[in-house]
Amino acid sequence: MTYVGKPVDRVDGTLKATGAARYAAEFPYPDLAYAALVHATVARGRITRIDAGLARKTPGVVAVITHLNAPAMKPPPKPTPMDLSTMATSSSVSLLNTDEVHWNGQPVAVVVAETLDAAREAAHLVEVEYTELPATVDFAAEEANARPQKNTLLSSANTQKGDAEAALAAAPFSVDLRYTTPGVNHNAIEPHSTTAYWDGDQLVLHDATQNTTWARDQLAIRFDVPKKNVRVISPFVGGAFGGKSLVWPGTVLTALAAKVTGRPVRLMLTRESVYRTVGGRTPSIQRVAIGAEAGGSMTALIHSSVSRVGKVGGWTEQITTVSRHMYDAAALQVRQSLVRLDALPNTIMRAPGESIGSFALESSVDELAYQLGLDPIELRARNEPARNPVDGKAFSHRLLLDCFEQGAKEFGWAERAPQPRATRDGRWLVGMGVAAAYHPAWQFQANLTLRLSADGTVLVRCGFHEMGMGTATAISQITADTLGVPLDAVTIEYGDSDLPGAGTAGASAQTATVTASLLDACEKLTDGVFALARKTPGSPLRGHRRQDVTARDGGLYRDSRGESYGEILRRAGRESIDAQVGSETRLGELTGQVRFMSKFLMDRRRWMKAACGAQFCEVRVDAETGEVRVSRWLGVFDVGRVINTKTAASQLRGGIIMGIGMALAEETLVDPRTGRIVNASLSEYHVPVHADIPTIEVRCLDDPDPTMPLGVVGLGEVSVTGVAAAVANAVHHATGRRIRDLPITLDKLL
Amino acid sequence: MKDFAYLTAHDVPTAVRAITTPGAKFLGGGTNLVDLMRQNIERPDTVIDITQLPLDQIEELPDGGLRIGAMVRNSRLAAHRLIRTRYPVLAQAILAGASGQLRNMATVGGNVLQRTRCPYFADLAARCNKREQGSGCDAIGGFNRNAAIFGASEHCVATHPSDMCVALAALDAIIELESVRGTRRLPLVGFHMLPGDSPQHETAIAPDELITAIELPDLPAAARSRYRKVRDRSSYAFALVSVAAATEVRNGVITEARLALGGVAARPWRAHEAERVLLGAPATEDSFLRAAEAELTAAVPLSQNGFKIELAKRAITATLRQLHVEGSAA
Ligand SMILES: Cc1cc2nc3c(=O)[nH]c(=O)nc-3n(C[C@H](O)[C@H](O)[C@H](O)COP(=O)(O)OP(=O)(O)OC[C@H]3O[C@@H](n4cnc5c(N)ncnc54)[C@H](O)[C@@H]3O)c2cc1C
Repeated sequence: MTYVGKPVDRVDGTLKATGAARYAAEFPYPDLAYAALVHATVARGRITRIDAGLARKTPGVVAVITHLNAPAMKPPPKPTPMDLSTMATSSSVSLLNTDEVHWNGQPVAVVVAETLDAAREAAHLVEVEYTELPATVDFAAEEANARPQKNTLLSSANTQKGDAEAALAAAPFSVDLRYTTPGVNHNAIEPHSTTAYWDGDQLVLHDATQNTTWARDQLAIRFDVPKKNVRVISPFVGGAFGGKSLVWPGTVLTALAAKVTGRPVRLMLTRESVYRTVGGRTPSIQRVAIGAEAGGSMTALIHSSVSRVGKVGGWTEQITTVSRHMYDAAALQVRQSLVRLDALPNTIMRAPGESIGSFALESSVDELAYQLGLDPIELRARNEPARNPVDGKAFSHRLLLDCFEQGAKEFGWAERAPQPRATRDGRWLVGMGVAAAYHPAWQFQANLTLRLSADGTVLVRCGFHEMGMGTATAISQITADTLGVPLDAVTIEYGDSDLPGAGTAGASAQTATVTASLLDACEKLTDGVFALARKTPGSPLRGHRRQDVTARDGGLYRDSRGESYGEILRRAGRESIDAQVGSETRLGELTGQVRFMSKFLMDRRRWMKAACGAQFCEVRVDAETGEVRVSRWLGVFDVGRVINTKTAASQLRGGIIMGIGMALAEETLVDPRTGRIVNASLSEYHVPVHADIPTIEVRCLDDPDPTMPLGVVGLGEVSVTGVAAAVANAVHHATGRRIRDLPITLDKLL
Repeated sequence: MKDFAYLTAHDVPTAVRAITTPGAKFLGGGTNLVDLMRQNIERPDTVIDITQLPLDQIEELPDGGLRIGAMVRNSRLAAHRLIRTRYPVLAQAILAGASGQLRNMATVGGNVLQRTRCPYFADLAARCNKREQGSGCDAIGGFNRNAAIFGASEHCVATHPSDMCVALAALDAIIELESVRGTRRLPLVGFHMLPGDSPQHETAIAPDELITAIELPDLPAAARSRYRKVRDRSSYAFALVSVAAATEVRNGVITEARLALGGVAARPWRAHEAERVLLGAPATEDSFLRAAEAELTAAVPLSQNGFKIELAKRAITATLRQLHVEGSAA
C-alpha cells in the first residue's frame, strides 16, 4: 500500500492552518443576527416573573424569547436504542416551553440582537424571578440513595461469575479500596456554536456536532417538519470529545430564534454557557476489591460504581466495563448504581466509563502487587486471560502483554528501585508507574457513495465527522490505495446531513465504520468498471476474469495488460461511474439498521474486540510542597492496523494529555448548596498547560485485527484510559502515598 | 458588555481630570478590567485609556532607588537589567504570573489594582460582599480552597492574586498616586486593605486617583532575593501560596530579612513575625522553620484551605533554604 500506514499530512491541514476552514460560527449570512442565553440561577423551581423590558430597550435588540412568548415545539423524544434518531436527546426539558427549571444554569431566555455585544448585554438585563423548589444536587451526599443501574442493549451494568464476595473473604491476600473521581468537562477549544436559518419550513443549520444525522432527526422532531427539510452542516468541528454528540440547548434555541425572528441567527456559546448547558463527565465513587493467592493469581475481582444522571436525562457510563475484560479472576462481580440529581444531564466524554473505571481498577492492581511483593507488570501477566473473563468469548486480538513487554524495555522499567520513596533528584522525589489501557472496539453502520470520473478522480460522499481526528485523511488514504489512484485524485465530502448517513463519530468507531462501507463500495465500483471494460469492444481487459484483475496505477490491470479508469470510461462512452453502500430511503434506512443490529449482536456473541495498551509514566514530586510534575511518558498500544502514523500518534498523545489533566488537575466544582458550577471558566478550571506535559512517546504494535475492516481497531479513546492510574501509581512509587481521590492536587500529598 | 464612552489620555492632567466623571475607569492593559466588563462585574460608563501616558520609564533615583512608571508593561519590567540584578525577586515574581501574552499587556498600575479571583466574586448569581455589600459571602460555606488564611473576616475571605505585589511588599515599595487634588505617596505594605466589614474597599486609592509610579528603595540586600510560587499546575495558575524573600547573612547570622507571602490574604502579606525571628538568628534550617512557625501561628483556616498553613510553612522554609544555598539563581 502506498498511503496506508504512512505519516500522510492532513488533507485539510492547509485549510485549517490558514484559517480557510469554516467552523459553525464562521458562516457569513447577510442580515445575520446574534443570540445570547440567559441562564437560570436556581437548581429547581418555577419562573414566577420575567422582565425583559430593559433588555428590549437595549439598542440593537431584535427579540427576547422566553417561555411567555416562544412558539410551541414538540417535546424532546425519549431516547431509546431501538430508534437511533431519538438518541440525540440531551434532556427531557422542553426549553422555553415551560416555566419549570430543572438545573442551575438551564437557559430560560434567548436574546437576539444585531450585534453579539448587544445580545450579551441585553441577556444580562433580563430579570428573572423564581419560586425555588427543594433540589437534590449534592452527589457525594446522595451516595446512600443510589439505585441499581439497569442493563441495556448496549451496555450491561451488572454481571456476576461465581461468588466473588466469598472468594474475597477467603483470599490470603486482598485489597478492598474506595476511589472517587470528580465531574469533569470536555473543554473543546471551539465552544458549541450554531448558525441557523429557515427558508419557509426548510431549516439549514451549521452546527458544531459529531452527529449531523442525529441532530437533523432531533430538530425535525422538535420543529415538526419532515427530516428532509432539515440540513445540518458540520464539516469542521474544533474538538468535541463526546461533548458534541447530542443536541444541546444552544442548537435548538438557535433554530428557534431564527424561526421567531425570520433571520439567520448565530449563537456561539461563551465558555460559561458551555459549562451551564452542555453536560460533562459524571463524578464517580468506586469500590474495587481483589482477592489473590500468594503467587498472584486472582481469585476474586469486585468492581462497583456509583455515578449520577440528571433527573431530566443523562448518559450512563460503563464504569466497570474494564473489570469484565482485564483479569482472569476466578470469581467476578461488577455492579453499577446511579443517583439522580436536579442537575444538567451528564454526557459522553472520551472513553466514557473506561477512563474513570480504569483509574480505580489499575490503581488497585498496583496496590495488590505491592502487597504481594510482585512487579505490577508481572502480576498482570500472571492474570492475563486467554478468553474474555466474564463469558469465555474469544478475543479477536489482544496483545496487551506485548505492549507491556515492549514498553518496559523502552522505558527502563526494570532499572527502577521498586520500593517507594527510594529515588531522589534534588528536591524531587522520582517515581514510575504503569497501568493497562483498554477500550472496546466498536463498529457501526455507514452509508456511502463513490464516483469515479473519466478524468481519473474519485469522489467519496459520506456523512462522517471530522473533529480533528484526521478521518478525512485516513479515508482518503484508504480510497487511494484501494482504487490505486494518487491521494490528490480523491475528494471527500463529509460533515453534512444531506450526504449518505454515517451515524455518530463516537466510541472510536468511525474509521472502522466508514472503512467497512468504503471497502464494499470500492469493490462494487471496480466490479462495475470491470464489467464496463469487458463489454466494450477493444478493451485489453476483454476475456479476463475479474479475480485476475487488480486496481492499481489509476486503472485495472492484469500483469502488464489493462488500462486506466479514464480509458475504460471513455471507451464505454461514460463520464463517470458510481457505487453505493446503503440507502437513504426510509426502507433502506430500516433495512440498514436491522442488518447492522443483527451483525452487531452476532459479532458481540462471537468475539470480544478491543484496543489495549500499556501506559508508562514517570513523575517528580516536590518533597516539601507536593507539587507533581509528569516528567516522562510512554504509551505502547495495540490498536490494530494504523492507517496514518502521524494522525494516530496525535490522537494517542491527545488522549494521554487529557488523562494527565484528569489525574492532576481537572475538576468541575459544583456548589453542593446550589447545584451551580463554580469554576465555569478556563482560568479556574485547570486543564494541563504546555509546561505540564513532557515529550510523550507513543508506539503502536500495528498488528491488524482479523475481524475488523482492514484490521482497524479504533484508537480515539484507548489512550485516555489507564493514564490517571499510571500517574497515581507513579506518585505512590515516588512518595509512598496512595491517592485514591482525583485529582491528585498537592494538598493531598502534604 | 454595556456601551461605554472611550477616550485616550495623553497626559496626566487630562487623565486625572477625566477620572472625576462619575462612572469612569482607567484602562491599563485591560487584562483584568475587560474580562470583568465582559462578566458584567465592572460596568463603567467611561473608559479612559491611560496606556499612552508618558509613564513608561524605569529610572534610577539619586538616592540609589528605582522609579518605575505605572504604564511599564510587566514583561518589560521583568526583563529590565536593573530589576534582574538588584531586585531579582521582583523579576521572578512577575515571570511566575499569568502568561507571556498577558504580561506583555499588563501594566504595573493595573497589576497592583487587579481584583480577586474568588469564584463567587466572578459569578453574579452568587452572594459576594465585595461585589454587592451586604449580600453575604458564599465562599465561607462553599469552595474556599484558595481563600485567605490571614486577615479574613466573616464578610470576606478573598485573596489578592498578584505575584508582583508580593515582591513589592517584601521590597517596601512606595506607590505614587496623583489626582486633581495633588500627589500622595503610600507604602505598598498596607495599601491593600483587609476586608473587615467593608470588603468592597480593597485599597487605599481614592476613586479619582491615578497610580503614576512605583518606587523601590535602595536595598543592597535585595540583590540576594528570590520568589517561590506554589500552584496547581506548572504555569498559568494563581498562587496557592507564594513566598518573596530577601536576606543578608554575615558570619552565619541573618542581619536583614524580608519576607512576604502571596495567596494567603486580601493583601500581599508581609511576614513581620517571621522576619523578627530571623533577624539576628543563625542562618540555619532550624531558624527558617521557627520563623515559618511564628508567622503561621496567626493563620485561621476555613473548611478547605487548611492545607495552606502547612504549605506556607514548607514554602517559607524551602525558599529561605534555597536562598541561603543557591542565592537568587532561579
Ligand atoms: C488568565 C489570567 C491569568 C492570570 N494569572 C496571573 C498570575 O498568575 N499572577 C498574577 O499576578 N496575575 C495574574 N493575572 C492577572 C494579571 O496580572 C492582571 O490582569 C494584570 O496585571 C492587570 O494589569 P492591566 O494593566 O491589564 O490592568 P487593567 O485590566 O487595565 O486594570 C485593572 C484595574 O486597575 C485599574 N487601573 C489600571 N491602571 C491604573 C492606574 N495607573 N491607576 C489607577 N487605576 C488603574 C483599572 O481601572 C482596573 O480597575 C492573570 C490574568 C489572567 C486573565
